This record gives sequence, C-alpha cells and structure tokens, in this order.
Amino acid sequence: MRNVPDFLRPNKRNAWLAFVALGLLLLVLPFATDALLGRGWVRIVDFALLYIMLALGLNIVVGYAGLLDLGYVAFFAVGAYTYALLGSPQFGLHLPFWIVLPIGATLACIFGALLGAPTLKLRGDYLAIVTLGFGEIIRIFLNNLNAPLNITNGPQGISQIDAIRVAEFSLGRSQELFGITLPSVHLHYYLFLALTLLVIFISLRLQDSRIGRAWMAIREDEVAASAMGINTRNIKLLAFAMGATFGGVAGGLFAGFQGFVSPESFSLMESIMILCMVVLGGMGNIGGVVLGGVLLVVLPEALRNGAGPVQQVLFGKTLIDPESLRMLLFGVALIVVMLWRPAGLWPSSQRQRELEAHDGEAQQEQDTVYDASR
Amino acid sequence: MEILLQQIINGLVQGSVYALVALGYTMVYGILGLINFAHGEVVMVGAMVALAVIKVLLATALSPVLVLLLSLLAAVGVCMALGYGIERVAYRPLRHAPRLAPLITAIGVSIVLQTLAMIIWGREYHAFPQLLPNASHSIGGAVINEVQIAIVLVAVLMMAGLLLLVHRTRLGRAMRAVAENPSAAALMGVNINGVISTTFMLGSALAAVAGLMVSANYGIVHYYMGFMLGLKAFTAAVLGGIGNLRGAMLGGVMLGLIESLGAGYSGALTGGMFGSNYQDVFAFIVLIAVLIFRPSGLLGERVAERA
Amino acid sequence: MTHPGEHLLKLSGVSKHFGGLAALSGVSLHIKRGEIYGLIGPNGAGKTTLFNILTGLYQLDGGSFSFAGTSFSCCKPHLLAQAGIARTFQNIRLFPNMTALENIMVGRHLRTHSGIWAALTRHAAARREEREIAQRALELLRYVGIHRHSHTLAKNLSYGEQRRLEIARALATEPKLLALDEPAAGMNATETESLRVLLQTIRNSGVTVLLIEHDVKLIMGLCDRVAVLDYGKKIAEGVPAEVRNDPAVIAAYIGGGT
Ligand SMILES: Nc1ncnc2c1ncn2[C@@H]1O[C@H](COP(=O)(O)OP(=O)(O)OP(=O)(O)O)[C@@H](O)[C@H]1O
Ligand SMILES: [Mg+2]
Repeated sequence: MRNVPDFLRPNKRNAWLAFVALGLLLLVLPFATDALLGRGWVRIVDFALLYIMLALGLNIVVGYAGLLDLGYVAFFAVGAYTYALLGSPQFGLHLPFWIVLPIGATLACIFGALLGAPTLKLRGDYLAIVTLGFGEIIRIFLNNLNAPLNITNGPQGISQIDAIRVAEFSLGRSQELFGITLPSVHLHYYLFLALTLLVIFISLRLQDSRIGRAWMAIREDEVAASAMGINTRNIKLLAFAMGATFGGVAGGLFAGFQGFVSPESFSLMESIMILCMVVLGGMGNIGGVVLGGVLLVVLPEALRNGAGPVQQVLFGKTLIDPESLRMLLFGVALIVVMLWRPAGLWPSSQRQRELEAHDGEAQQEQDTVYDASR
Repeated sequence: MEILLQQIINGLVQGSVYALVALGYTMVYGILGLINFAHGEVVMVGAMVALAVIKVLLATALSPVLVLLLSLLAAVGVCMALGYGIERVAYRPLRHAPRLAPLITAIGVSIVLQTLAMIIWGREYHAFPQLLPNASHSIGGAVINEVQIAIVLVAVLMMAGLLLLVHRTRLGRAMRAVAENPSAAALMGVNINGVISTTFMLGSALAAVAGLMVSANYGIVHYYMGFMLGLKAFTAAVLGGIGNLRGAMLGGVMLGLIESLGAGYSGALTGGMFGSNYQDVFAFIVLIAVLIFRPSGLLGERVAERA
Repeated sequence: MTHPGEHLLKLSGVSKHFGGLAALSGVSLHIKRGEIYGLIGPNGAGKTTLFNILTGLYQLDGGSFSFAGTSFSCCKPHLLAQAGIARTFQNIRLFPNMTALENIMVGRHLRTHSGIWAALTRHAAARREEREIAQRALELLRYVGIHRHSHTLAKNLSYGEQRRLEIARALATEPKLLALDEPAAGMNATETESLRVLLQTIRNSGVTVLLIEHDVKLIMGLCDRVAVLDYGKKIAEGVPAEVRNDPAVIAAYIGGGT
C-alpha cells in the first residue's frame, strides 16, 4: 500500500470520483463505440446489456439459491414471444410496449412458478435435467405451433415486430434530443442500460436481505436451512420466479430490439451460454456476472472480426474459417479460464475477504454492524 | 398392429443406442458425481473416426467384415484416448473445485470437439457406406433389418459384459468402492485416479460402439450428431436413476420406446394436433413425470438425507 | 417463562426403520420444561435418528410425539422449527461460505418477516427489522463467546468455534427445546468445560436442553435426567447416578464394544 499514489487509495471521495467517471463513461459509450469501432459494435453492446440482464436473472437461481437451471432460456423465450405475439402483424395486435413488457414478465414468472412447484424437491442434477427438458419443450412448441392453428409461425418465426415505443417516441428510428441526433441503437442502449442498472440494484438489495440470506443458506446446506425454519420449497420457488421474471423482461426487450424472433434464438446452447456467463464471471457476485456477460458477448464477436485478418497476417492466408476459429477459441477459453480460476474470474468470496479486512472496526459499535455487512 | 410392432422394434433399436451412451454418463456420475457434458461428442468422434478408417480401407482389398472390425477398433481406441484425455484435462484438476466448474470445462470440451470435427470433416452430412448385406426380415408385418438386429445384439452383449466386469472383477470392485466412498477406498489401497481414468475409458469405448451403431443404422454421419444423442442418453440415465448401471439400460430402452411409440401414435390420439414433430416433448414429459413421482429415477436408490 | 414439572416433549412409541434395520423401536420418553435431558447410548443406538425425527428430517414409521401441547406425527422441518425445536448436527452443518454473523442471521429468518418488497424498498420497518436481526445475531455471537469472528467465514472457524456458532444459530430461532447432537465431540478439556458453562447458562435462561453426548463426565455433571438407547430401544432412564450403575446400561456399553 506504501507506493500507491494518494489518489488511488480507497476512500469516500475517490469512490465518488470513480462512480462519476464510470457514469460518464457509460453515457458516452455508444458514441465512443460508434466513432471507434462502428455502428455494428453499438448493437453488440446493446446485446451485451440484454445478456447481462439474463445472466443476473439466472444468477439469482444458480448463484444465490444454488439451483442448477439449464433451461433458463425458456423464460427469455416466453417474454420474447409474448411481445412478438401482442405487438406484430401476426395477430394484428399492436399493444403498447409498456403493457406488453409487464405481461411478458408476469407470464415468465408464472411459467417459472409452474415449473418450479413440482420439480424443486428434486436434488441438484436431477433439477438440471428437468429444467433442460422444460427449455426444450418450450422451444419445440414454438417450433411446431404453426399447424393446425398458426400461433407462433413455426421455424420461420415472427417478424415485423413493433419497435419499442412510448407514445409517439419510437426507439425504432433516430431521434433528436437536446440537439443531438441519437440513432436507434443508441436509444436502445440507454433504455437497456437503465433497465440493467435497475436489475443490478434489485440484485444488490436482494442479496443483502432476509430473503437473500435464506437463498444462500439453501445453497450452502439445504438440510440445515430447513432445520433453521426456512420453508425451503417456497423460498426456492421465489428464486425461480424472480429469475424467470428477469428473463421475461429481457425477452420482451430482445423482441422489440430485433424486430424478429424465431425458435432458433432459444436453443439449449443459449441457456448454456448464459450459465457460462454466470459461472465464468463468478457465481453469486454481481460484478463477476456482469463481467461474464460482457466477456461472453464481446469476446466471440471480437474473435469473429479478428480471426480472419490475424490469420492473414500470420500465415498469409485464411487456414480456418473465422466462424469455426471463433468457436474453437471460445471453447478453449472456457476450459482455460475455469482451470485457472475455478471459482470464476471475480468470485464472491472477494467480498467476504474485504469484510474480513474490516473485521476490527466492524464490531466496535454494534450499530455499525448493520451498515458494515452491506 | 403392424405399426405397433414396427414402432416397438424401432424403439428397441434406438433404445439400445441410448442405453450404451447412457452407461457412459451414469458410470462417470456414479464415481465423480458430475455430468460429463462432453460424452455426446465422444460418440460423434467415434462415428467420424470409424467412417474415416472405412473410407481408407475400402480402397484396399480387405474383406468388408475386416474393414468394419478395424474401423470399430480404431474408433474404440481413439475414443478411449479421448476419454482419458478429457478427464485429465478438464476434470482432474477441478476435483475439489466448486461444483459447477467442471460442468463449464466439460461444455468447453464439448464445443472444442464439435468445432474441431467441423473443421476436419466439414459441415456436410457424410454418407456412411453399407459394408455388409443388410437384408430385411418381416415379423408379423413389421420389418427389421440385419443391422438393427446386430445393434440390439451387440448392445446386449456389451451391457452384459459391463455388468460382469463391474460385479465380478477386481477392477469392478475397485470402481464400486470409489463410487461408494472415495476416501475409504483410497485408504484401502485403491488407486483412485487409475479407477477414474478407467471409468472414463470404458464409457468412451461404449460411446464409440454406439457411434458406429447409429451411423450404420441411419447411414449418416454429421459433426453435430453427438449433441442431441448425448442429451437423450443423459435423459435416459436420469430416467433410470443416475449412477445406477441397470437404471441406465432400462432408461435407455424405455426412452427409445417412448419416443417411437409417442411419435407413432400422438398424431392419431390428438386428432393431428401434436404429431411426430413433438417426439422430443414426450421424452421430456415422461422424464419430468417419472421424476415427480420417483425423485431418484426408476431404479435409483432413495438417498435419505443423513443428517 | 418456565413451568417446572410440565412436560414439553412427549414421545410415545416412536419407531423408525431403514429397510430391515430398526433404528428406533417403540421409544417413549417425556422431557420436562427447563431441564437438561441427556440421551446416551453406544454408536448406532439411534440417538441421531431420534433427533432427525424430532426435527422433521425423517418421517416416523410408528408412534407419535407431542411438543408444547401439539401432536406431530409427520411434519415438515420448518414447521417443527416454528413450533420451537432447534438443533445442532453431529457432523457440523453450518453455511460454510457465509460469515459467522450471517449464519446466525439466517437463524433469525423464522422470527422475522421481511419479504421481497421490504428488501427492495428498505422502508423504515424493514430497516428496523434488519438492524434488529443484526443486533440480535451479534448478541448471540457474544453470548457464545465468538464475537471476535463475526465476519469470518464459518468454514474458517476452528472446530470448537464452529460448534459454538451452531449453538448460537439454533438459539437465534428462539427455541423452546434446544437439541444438541454431541456438541463436545472433538473438544479438549478446556473447551468442554466452557461448553458446560454455556449450556448451564442456556438452561438458566429458560430453554430446555436435549443433549446427546458420549462424554460421561459432561452428562453426569450437567443432566437432570438421562435416557439410554441401545439398538433403538430405551433400556434405562433416570437421574445420572442411577443410570450409571444400571446393569443393563453397563452391559450395553460393554457388549456394544464402543
Ligand atoms: N438414512 C439412513 N439410512 C439407512 N440407515 C440409517 C440412516 N440413518 C441412520 N441409519 C442407521 O440407523 C442406526 C442408528 O443410527 P444413528 O445415527 O441414529 O445412531 P447414533 O446413536 O446417533 O450413533 P452415533 O453415536 O454413532 O452417532 C445405525 O445403524 C445407522 O446406520
Ligand atoms: Mg449420532
């Protein structure tokens, strides 16, 4: 600590400065990305935000409550298809975004509870396969519910979905705000950012609450938790429903952003991807999960764009097609990172270690304990 | 009636393949308590290697039977090495890591194997040559061909062999001991790492055989074939009670039957509402139903919580 | 709040089988409010099984028990905890990756009410409850003498500290009956002595204690009455000095080959 310059030492003022800097960075991010990397990358950043929301939702289920859910994408699908069906020419319904999104979230929540109620007494990996099966069931239905009655339009999916729009302000086209022209992807960015921050806020609050502690107790030792008087079934159900709700919200946003949904976006691989974000980043730790989400969206894209040119430079020709190389490197990265940091890149025990460092101060006064453990 | 019989035959054949693959999942689960997510890809590699060897040997003057045997040997050899390698690289270093870490490395291995296969063999479907005459026989109006008969017979033989191995040999005793209580087994002088490696290699050998079987049955090989097959086989293992060898066999056969009967009859039963494209749905619904009533699978022991 | 003499827990004919093994057969006993009741017996006698039934982890196969006037024949663990039975485990079962303080705070779950809404808004009542939970937890840490480690992960505590933490966590549920499964196992003489003092204090605060222990000295010095289990049957019951000289008990221990 001796050689650290003064302005880097953690204190209240520096924390504030860092906070403000981060806020400014997030505000200008789409413009900077647009200028430096191109508009396509702003889109990728938007997707990263969606996936962070998904990963944070799954984190409640897997990271907090310790329930291995391999079918999480089903709730994403429920949210997306709800939006698609209620806001597209498919049924000629064009309900506004602020009605459809809550409906999608509620439906996802109900699906979560419906799935959870009979299956949550299953232990560990049995739950994993049941959730996996559930995810597949939803996808198969989406794929096939075009005959005899056309509901989902089958594998073709639903297109021309309404853009996210509040009154006359549509995110689907460029808008002039305070004299600045904001393209559609930028507008989505700010909406997604706001909702991601909200999800982070909710996760943080839940984490340090009576319910959050009950989830973690179940994760740590379900038998002991029940012997301490926790109604494990209800509390697990709550985790499932909460996670599902987040998934439903992200799904609705996804549909409105893309303007198109098809069953292909909701495959098992997608569930696995979200799980990888949670575990790779650091289960149970919000910062870690955000990191995981960013990495797993940005890394493959970077590999996609970089794989071709780098080969050209190194070998003078393209040996492996970039798409394959991307997947290959991605798989290797998963293995290497997990071997190198089995608890994830940014595990939650970090927080605990920080707490331990403050041990001495924390118990000086009883009143401070409440704040110190936050 | 013929349809019923035909669906049963198809189900048995498919179920035999599921059972062989499910055994690989269940053996690893029984010993390490983890889902070997990459196991499906091992099946695919087995099929691909067999096909490659066959293509090379067909140009020579060797008899088809010999070609088939050699390709099987090659597939089994490569898959055993692969199984050994997967365990060394992806699982052994993480034996005391958080529970989900090995699951992620396994997913990583799965992605790597799939992509490598795609790079080496391309994205296209490969025809699997028919090496032996494949006559069809008719039983009570239903048709069964010789490849299908061979599949069921070989599967039964392999499963019987595995049961003998596990219950009658020193190695089997060591495997059961490690599954029961690793630290006690180690105290008794069992070479734990050796047993675990052997388990992976055995499971992979079965996977290789299964890979050859599906390829011969459908006449098609594809880099993506392992994924769904692995998923189904894992489902079968859970259905039967994961960790239990007989459970995996029962679960595999049952899953095969459910799928083929479901696909054959659901359309008629629901007035054309849910046709055979819902095949996978039946499998999962049955799985969920079974687990709700028997949380540890059909033959799984009920693990009463020792508090 | 103690009513000496009144029965808090009554077991009548409690039985439990595992396959062919009768872990408990027809055990009846009565525990009075405010006493320290010892449960001893050779390994495998069925003591822990009895605890598991009392706390709802096992369902009983025969008989019934009543606690604080309510009869239970099959019940969920959290309902028994609600009724006022709290326990510790023979092979310590803390929440290893939570701090000592958090472990006890989990114990307060049962007697507090904040839900999702309270967690999100942190309105005044929610904050007050959260503060009370933390304060009570800290008091309990102090009570069992490990407040120095409030922010240490449970898994990093020493063995004796873990045992104490488990007791504090159980006390956090405000039990009427505290059931302790071999709390002194693995403790040295000093630790055992301070445990004895702690258990006395707990009893004096009005909590009834049910104690499984192999440490004869601890049982003799602490318990008001003792029951002896052997092969799932109660073979003796009475004040410690009496039970100690009971020929059946001596035979069980020698024959049991512990
Ligand atoms: N879940 C279970 N499944 C099968 N048998 C069990 C189970 N739980 C306990 N038993 C058996 O019941 C008998 C009683 O066990 P219990 O744990 O109650 O003994 P105990 O008196 O606590 O012994 P110790 O002093 O060793 O702790 C033992 O033979 C044990 O093996
Ligand atoms: Mg015991």
